[in-house]
Amino acid sequence: MRKDFIIATFDDDEKVLHATEKAVDKKISIYDIFTPFPVHGLDEAMGIKRSILPYVTLLAGAAGLMTAIALQVYTSAIDWPMNIGGKPANSIPAFIPVSFELTVLFGAHTTVAAFLVLNKLFPGKKPVIIDPAQTEDKFIMAIEKDGNNVDDITKLLSDEGAINVEVKNIDLNP
Amino acid sequence: MSDAHVSKLRIPLVPEDRTYKQISEDVLDTLEQPPTKAWLAGFSLSALIMTIGFLVIGYEITTGIGTWGLNKTVGWSWDITNFVFWVGIGHAGTLISAILLIFRQRWRTAINRAAEAMTIFAVACAGLFPLIHAGRPWLLYWVFPYPNTLGPLWVNFRSPLLWDVFAISTYLTVSLVFWYMGLLPDLASVRDRTKSKLRKVLYGLACFGWNGSTRTWHHFEVLSLILAGLATPLVLSVHTIVSMDFATSVIPGWHTTIFPPYFVAGAIFSGFAMVCTLLIITRKVMNWENYITVDHIDAMCKVITLTGTMVGLAYGTEFFIAWYSGNPYEKYAFINRAFGPYWWAYWSMISCNVISPQFFWFKKLRRNMTFVFIISIFVNIGMWFERFVIITTSLHRDFLPSSWAMYSPTWVEIWTFIGTFGLFFTLFFLFIRILPGIAVAEVKSVYRYARNNK
Repeated sequence: MRKDFIIATFDDDEKVLHATEKAVDKKISIYDIFTPFPVHGLDEAMGIKRSILPYVTLLAGAAGLMTAIALQVYTSAIDWPMNIGGKPANSIPAFIPVSFELTVLFGAHTTVAAFLVLNKLFPGKKPVIIDPAQTEDKFIMAIEKDGNNVDDITKLLSDEGAINVEVKNIDLNP
Repeated sequence: MSDAHVSKLRIPLVPEDRTYKQISEDVLDTLEQPPTKAWLAGFSLSALIMTIGFLVIGYEITTGIGTWGLNKTVGWSWDITNFVFWVGIGHAGTLISAILLIFRQRWRTAINRAAEAMTIFAVACAGLFPLIHAGRPWLLYWVFPYPNTLGPLWVNFRSPLLWDVFAISTYLTVSLVFWYMGLLPDLASVRDRTKSKLRKVLYGLACFGWNGSTRTWHHFEVLSLILAGLATPLVLSVHTIVSMDFATSVIPGWHTTIFPPYFVAGAIFSGFAMVCTLLIITRKVMNWENYITVDHIDAMCKVITLTGTMVGLAYGTEFFIAWYSGNPYEKYAFINRAFGPYWWAYWSMISCNVISPQFFWFKKLRRNMTFVFIISIFVNIGMWFERFVIITTSLHRDFLPSSWAMYSPTWVEIWTFIGTFGLFFTLFFLFIRILPGIAVAEVKSVYRYARNNK
């Protein structure tokens, strides 16, 4: 799928942040901004809604905890109880370390998997690269051309310090 | 990043002025250049030692653990000492990447990548020892609770050795994904900078198609915080559980409640010493003195002094409780530690662990790289002796004088241990050649920190 975008290139993280705030004030919807490092406040300025990852962690961690308790109680007290040092078969305090570890194990790996799925990141994925410097020192703002006045936006972003603004046809599924 | 609330006393984390492009060049250009002579020499030596180590392990596995110096009284010694030694070293990486992230210590950004790599390699070295001690390593899957045809005969969930299985597996895999997720942006940067077609394909595969979208960064930052939040109690739990291998037994010298905090402090102590050892060399060899600064080493020395003093306090507490408990066996175990046949190991431990970090009260010494390097080696030696002292001296004279014995390692054990150093350094040398050794994106994000104060 190809689409026309207004591409503004910045070379400074503070300028791109100001430009974003200005653009959002003017009700211009920004498609995305590609940056070499996380610019603090940029996600908020763009109006990106809060990540759901913490909920994934909570659910996966709870699942890990329950798996651990079920596994330990079933194997130690139900399926094949054994007398070990005269301790009760269902010795809950001794089950705490493994329960904790499985909570963390499930929580961490599920969150990482969810992160990769949400962002569609996988080996062999062909990413949208507008400018190879977007992972080095350039901050690339992309605004959809449809429904926007190119001249107005070019003026606004140039005033905010964009070093280059141009319309580019971008392949969204390279 | 806004400087509005940064104290005027703060100094920039990257002392010399750089553009974002230059930061990438400083760190990533080494990946594009042929290896230096120093790298080749270091790598070959490590690989040679690793090979000898693996040959010795091969001999040991085909012959049996009778090749070790163990006897009926001292049933485990060298292997578990080295296991605890390596696991402990691993703790510094997670402390730097997770705990310091939660405490918002921005200086960690330049050193967290290398420290985390060190963690993973150290835990891999640690894992070798239980694997070998199993005697029949091909049956090691028996430690996992899987449905089997032996009853089913399940693993014993009341055993701290089994808790170790879960703790170490969780720790290794979680550290690995934490580290790898952090690598994605920098791998993408290598992909976009390189002129070589092969590197473009390989780093392109490795970076999972990262493109620096702000939407991805948003999730990425939440992910980092969550993983840090999970890794923080995890790292404390790992050495707690390792200490329970001893503390839950009834052996005098082991059966104490201070073991978990005592072991965790010791782990951080030894880990930071190893980070200093590695980074003092790395910053010099890779010309990264503008990123891994004297201030970093200074800060780590403070942690070394703090944790070293905690360890010293623990030694004192153990002795006090041995006397105060009135338990003759406990009392004897400690007198035997300090004045018995292994006195030299005990006093090596005390001088390396309690005395040597006290030099770091002086700022001048903390900022003298040669001096810090020497002390960091001493701390590593001391922490190895700590584990040897705790394990061997508690075992070799038990309740019945007729079964008292001495333990000394055989050449097989010594070479297995030396071999793990070969493995550790081989992996570290490969890491520094193949992957970005400094978290470039993170350093860029703190580059402006306190810059206006200059």
